[in-house]
Amino acid sequence: MASIKFGTRSGTSGTRSGRGIKGDQRRGVALHLSLIIGLLLSVFPFYWAVIMSTHSSTEIFSYPPKLLPGSHFLENVRSLLDNIDFFGSMFNSLLVATSVTFLVLFFDSLAAFVFAKFQFPGRRGLFALMMAIFMVPAQLQAIPQFVIMANLGWIGSMTSLIVPAAANAFGIFWMRQYMKSAIHDELMDASRLDGAGFMRQYWHVALPVVRPGLAFLGIFTFMGQWNDYAWPLIALTNPDNVTLQVALSQLNGVHGTTDYGMVMTGAVLALIPLLIVFAIGAKQIIADLGKGAIR
Amino acid sequence: MATAPVLETSSPPVAEPPAGPPKKGILSHWRLYAAISPFYLLFLAFGLIPVGFSLYLSFHRWDGLGSMEFAGLSQYRYLISDTQFWNSIGNTLVIWALATIPMIFLAMVTAVMLNSAVRFKNVYRFAFFLPNVTSIVAVAIIFGSVFSTNFGLMNALLQAVGLDQVAWLNTPWGIKVAIATLMTWQWTGYNAIIFLAGLQTIPGELYEAARMDGAGPVQTFFRITLPLMRPVLLFVLVISTVTGLQTFSEPQVLLQTTDNNSSFAGGPGHSGQTMVLYFFQQTFDNNDFGYGAAVAWGIFLVVIIFSIINWRLVQRRGED
Repeated sequence: MASIKFGTRSGTSGTRSGRGIKGDQRRGVALHLSLIIGLLLSVFPFYWAVIMSTHSSTEIFSYPPKLLPGSHFLENVRSLLDNIDFFGSMFNSLLVATSVTFLVLFFDSLAAFVFAKFQFPGRRGLFALMMAIFMVPAQLQAIPQFVIMANLGWIGSMTSLIVPAAANAFGIFWMRQYMKSAIHDELMDASRLDGAGFMRQYWHVALPVVRPGLAFLGIFTFMGQWNDYAWPLIALTNPDNVTLQVALSQLNGVHGTTDYGMVMTGAVLALIPLLIVFAIGAKQIIADLGKGAIR
Repeated sequence: MATAPVLETSSPPVAEPPAGPPKKGILSHWRLYAAISPFYLLFLAFGLIPVGFSLYLSFHRWDGLGSMEFAGLSQYRYLISDTQFWNSIGNTLVIWALATIPMIFLAMVTAVMLNSAVRFKNVYRFAFFLPNVTSIVAVAIIFGSVFSTNFGLMNALLQAVGLDQVAWLNTPWGIKVAIATLMTWQWTGYNAIIFLAGLQTIPGELYEAARMDGAGPVQTFFRITLPLMRPVLLFVLVISTVTGLQTFSEPQVLLQTTDNNSSFAGGPGHSGQTMVLYFFQQTFDNNDFGYGAAVAWGIFLVVIIFSIINWRLVQRRGED
């Protein structure tokens, strides 16, 4: 694989002599072929799910497997809606993911602003404590959290998902790194000379500058919440009032062995809102993810 | 940042130090403390207190409803001899290895290819990243059908080339391979994007110089690319270890119907039961909150041990 890389790399860097253009072209073709195979492997399961969602279970159980669309999609949608409260659980997922996203954006950026741009007693200690918290595995918290939530009467409601997720160490760390370089000290000094108080500085100086960072954190948080599964599975004890992921899992558990067409239809429909969000933010996410890792 | 708001007074640094807030007592910083307080309050309520409580709980017997009964170290003693717990550790490690080794290799190959492809780079990156943003539940449902014994794609392929069918989700190795395949599929693109970002920081002149010196592509990869990529490689390894050791959703969704008593059983003979699945089974299906807490601390210990191993690897390699 390495040979493919260096062959074409030199071809694209513009510093190339005329030697071996044919070899470069051949390597370029091989490169794109390998990438296309990878692309097909990445995308094929989605295609297969869409195809299965258009077939009845008898068709799905027959050999050879169906690779082209069938005609049972609407039928599958109908039995999906009969079996789970699809739109109700989608509403729950939207409610949780949207509330958490806005809370996280506000609380995390506010705390990050403080850590990035201010000096105060205990600053380093508090920051170190936050990073240590980052490392505590979720299972250690699961049982007591469940007990606390039960005592607060939150078990079974979306509150049990929203409140504990409203601020997180990752977001604060990420926004702090971003703000350190993006908000110039001169800007802070200038606004202070203008008499701007803390909240004004946050709102009028910090936030406008860090919008791209907020966009990444927002999309990342929304997708994470939308896909969250383990904690909702435990906390949402009323099977009629759950998030989409839990509803899907119920569908698979109860009906999975009999009506695969319907289960697939649910899986496919549940992906749509997420794919829309990802399509909007893909460029930002992909670029920032790389930056974050090599920082 | 192009969109920085322009304040009229953005004067050049003045000689006289800016009139920063004079050093007063802690109280004068109350706004700052208030601004960072939400995270710490949430952490106190849903982080610190729970962790302390789970330590306390691990020394008690409790079904979540009745009264607690002090049990001393007996639950930990039982944990050490609990064959099902050891089995779940083994499963977790095997699945982790089956998923992570091919994943890191494929991600590196993909990143190297993406780094040289000029056209359609964004299309490739979008497609490769897609598996990672989709929910594990949907993905596990889809892969459940790919590995289904009766109508799955894998068995159709095997049949097409004249091989025997495999009861993927019914045999110990079949289960592990299916889970690992799912994880590899979901994470290869994600890690390739991270590797790609690392590759892009390597200056092109290094490659030019290596070629001038007559180094072949393979030699260049092992002498230049790989050493310079070590930090990124280790970052990926550490993240995949910590997340891989806590694998839960993939086997849970894939195997939840295989046992009538528990949706956390992890398939026939518990051969797909990871550590976290075992934790959920003990706690929420058996209502054994005290023992569940002990299991959680056991998992924490395993994660720490492997983190230390990772860290030692980093240290030793760094000294070379």
